[in-house]
Amino acid sequence: MKQPSPRGEISTLVLNTITGTVDAGQDSLARLATLVEEAVAAVPDILYDDDLQLALFCLYELHYSGIDEAGDDWEWNPDLLRVRQQIEKAFERRVRDEVILGDLPGTTSEAVCAELFRMTGADSGPSMSRFVAKSATDDQLHEFAVHKSIFQLKEADPHTFAIPRLSGRAKAALVEIQADEYGNGLPARMHSALFARTMRELGMDDTYGAYLDAAPAITLATNNVMSLFGLNRRLRGAAVGHLAAYEMTSSQPNRLYSRGFKRHGYGEGATEYFDEHVEADAVHEQIAGRDMAGGLVESDPGLLQDVLFGAAAGLAIDTRMTIHIMEAWESGRSSLRPSAAMAS
Amino acid sequence: MTADMTPKAPVPVPERSLNSGNAAPVSIVACPNGPLLIRGDFELVGADGEELPRTRRTVALCRCGASVLKPYCDGSHKLTGFRSEP
Repeated sequence: MKQPSPRGEISTLVLNTITGTVDAGQDSLARLATLVEEAVAAVPDILYDDDLQLALFCLYELHYSGIDEAGDDWEWNPDLLRVRQQIEKAFERRVRDEVILGDLPGTTSEAVCAELFRMTGADSGPSMSRFVAKSATDDQLHEFAVHKSIFQLKEADPHTFAIPRLSGRAKAALVEIQADEYGNGLPARMHSALFARTMRELGMDDTYGAYLDAAPAITLATNNVMSLFGLNRRLRGAAVGHLAAYEMTSSQPNRLYSRGFKRHGYGEGATEYFDEHVEADAVHEQIAGRDMAGGLVESDPGLLQDVLFGAAAGLAIDTRMTIHIMEAWESGRSSLRPSAAMAS
Repeated sequence: MTADMTPKAPVPVPERSLNSGNAAPVSIVACPNGPLLIRGDFELVGADGEELPRTRRTVALCRCGASVLKPYCDGSHKLTGFRSEP
């Protein structure tokens, strides 16, 4: 990924450190640890803190596509991981504050599945999909694509980290879903490739991370929560719950997104991504709820709370992003950060 | 040298068949308040016997009647409050 522009002292120092050698980075790492310790103690709300969310996003990115000019040996550097864990700890605490779980369901697959459908069916704030279908301007469709692009150009990757941590029915179900996400062997059918096509049809750059500078902290937070769950084995239940909730809230919104793009005259090249998700996710949500999440809890009942936490956390953070976008649009503002990428 | 160094003709890419020769047992899950989920090796054909367009191995078939993608499910059962049990 192209290096993003820093958003404060911490992301500046993270980027400077990882684009240098490990030997040269020791002093900056010590300074970084101090800065992060102060920042996480003082930050009013880490979900909306651009500097910390970008720093965390970049630290996670070392485990995905990497960052231009950053050496691969930073990925498992213990001092850098310690800094990541400082931010991660504060982030996880904040995400946990978002979630209040009610009465727990039973630990049968069907009970877990029913509870996940109940949680995802409950009304949770404004609907971006209805707005996109009926009222969004062409500029707003482009903004929508920017927010989505941060994840959709690497769609499925964070949850893939959970595969070797599962077994049996839950693992088979996750692999079945991910195989579909990755195009069943056909690169052009990968969901990330379909989204790249949507972006090209909109006249946008489809390079992964091209619009990262325009994405506000809360959009990065929706991505960081997936990496938090995907990269920590202890949170495998949450990764599974997150994916289940994601699949369960996808079919109908994607049908409405498709309608919004058609309304502006965009053709199949732009809408195929959304149309594909209507059908795919109607399948995935059943597999995810019953076999993946339900299967995991049946084999390991101790993970019930983690599964529900992951689902609720994903829904809560996504709702916050939707609120951010809708509030901006309703008051006639852009929902993005000013950036060179969008000015071009 | 034992390897055959003659240039090989391009290997024809077999048309991707969703029905492999080695039939995997078919299972149909009647999802409570939802679709019929079908896994395994099966053919999905229209009234004329022709195979229906299909892009994935496992499919969900509508049983609430409200899908706009019939015979496939599009999640509409959740909006209509479809109940599979009386």
